Amino acid sequence: MSKDVKGAGRASNAKIMNRADLTKRLVGKLHKDEAVVGGIGNTNFDLWAAGQRPQNFYMLGSMGLAFPIALGVAIAQPKRHVFALEGDGSLLMQLGCLSTIAAVAPPNLTMVVMDNGVYQITGGQPTPAAGRTDFVAAAQALGLSNSHWAADEEDFERLVGAALTAGKPTLIAARIDAQPAVATTHRDPVQIRERFMRGLGAR
Amino acid sequence: MPAAQTAGTSPASWDEIIARTFKANAVKLTTYVPDKVLTPLIKRLHADDYFTCFPTTREEEAVGIVSGAWMAGMLGAVLMQTSGFATLPNTLASLAVPYQIPLIMVVSERGTLGEFNSGQAMVCRTMRPVLDSLAMEHHTISRHDELEFIVDRSIKQAVATQAAVALILSPLLTGGKVFKA
Ligand SMILES: Cc1ncc(C[n+]2csc(CCOP(=O)(O)OP(=O)(O)O)c2C)c(N)n1
Repeated sequence: MSKDVKGAGRASNAKIMNRADLTKRLVGKLHKDEAVVGGIGNTNFDLWAAGQRPQNFYMLGSMGLAFPIALGVAIAQPKRHVFALEGDGSLLMQLGCLSTIAAVAPPNLTMVVMDNGVYQITGGQPTPAAGRTDFVAAAQALGLSNSHWAADEEDFERLVGAALTAGKPTLIAARIDAQPAVATTHRDPVQIRERFMRGLGAR
Repeated sequence: MPAAQTAGTSPASWDEIIARTFKANAVKLTTYVPDKVLTPLIKRLHADDYFTCFPTTREEEAVGIVSGAWMAGMLGAVLMQTSGFATLPNTLASLAVPYQIPLIMVVSERGTLGEFNSGQAMVCRTMRPVLDSLAMEHHTISRHDELEFIVDRSIKQAVATQAAVALILSPLLTGGKVFKA
């Protein structure tokens, strides 16, 4: 039994990886100015640490809205692929958004769930879902058929590559350790938003 | 224009005026959690190809979607009822306000002028204090002849000043929801 994710449900075969490492691998696969939305706390901190691309958006609050914000970007710019990074605790707060995304079915949206089984940033308390909820099974049941656990780092990179040409929304769930992020985003919301808009050519 | 001057055509309904004012201001993306009173507007937006219109599971989600879309170049609006607005303070205070996003909210006002559900009446009383505490622009629209002006100017101001606005549709405008014993 892992010390991070008790039992881990049906995801128990997946390797426990590291958020900062996976985020770097994801960003390394982007060559077409793809947009990336980082969720509250660690997901956007590690995105910041992976290189401050102008096409990155960093959330300061609004827990659970990384996927909805990314959906909006994907609708407005159908030619650009959009990624969103969300913690498991954050996703639980807006799980219904997966139904909305399944209904809208943007071909250019990829959702990444960083599942450490805990609310790491607030003290590492286990989420109610830890060891019980299989996020991939849940996403599939909510209508996102193209949802997968990343078995290991290589599989994660393969899934990211496949998502770029999938033609339908992709959800990738990764089991991660309980490490905090390796850096902290500079918290200037207007600068973040303005740079993002320029990065997307919306300014 | 008064009805008498538009020979042969009936005066535009409130929902028709809002839809055409949205169009005139390039508000293309409309997301909502439904409200009975908003039904004609929701139907109209769905029926018109100009609009991308869909429901969300929560109002917060709807705000996230239109915020992302605006940053990527597409203006949107969120439709909700008073109780939906009451779920939003965290999202407004941590997304719309600090990032200076011209969030356009259309709120069907429940809880007043003949409300029959005491829960709705209490929720309604939280709305304007929340808007005021965030220094957020809001207008309560009760007159048909002022509707187009307020909606049009408010959207333009929201975009120009990058600040959110709440357009509260009074039962005096929409007829509201009537209690049937
Ligand atoms: C609505 C709301 N509730 C609670 C919080 C406090 N909070 C901030 S981050 C967080 C935990 C996020 O957990 P998760 O998404 O799993 O990411 P992790 O910290 O594990 O990387 C919580 C509870 C908040 N910011 N907003």
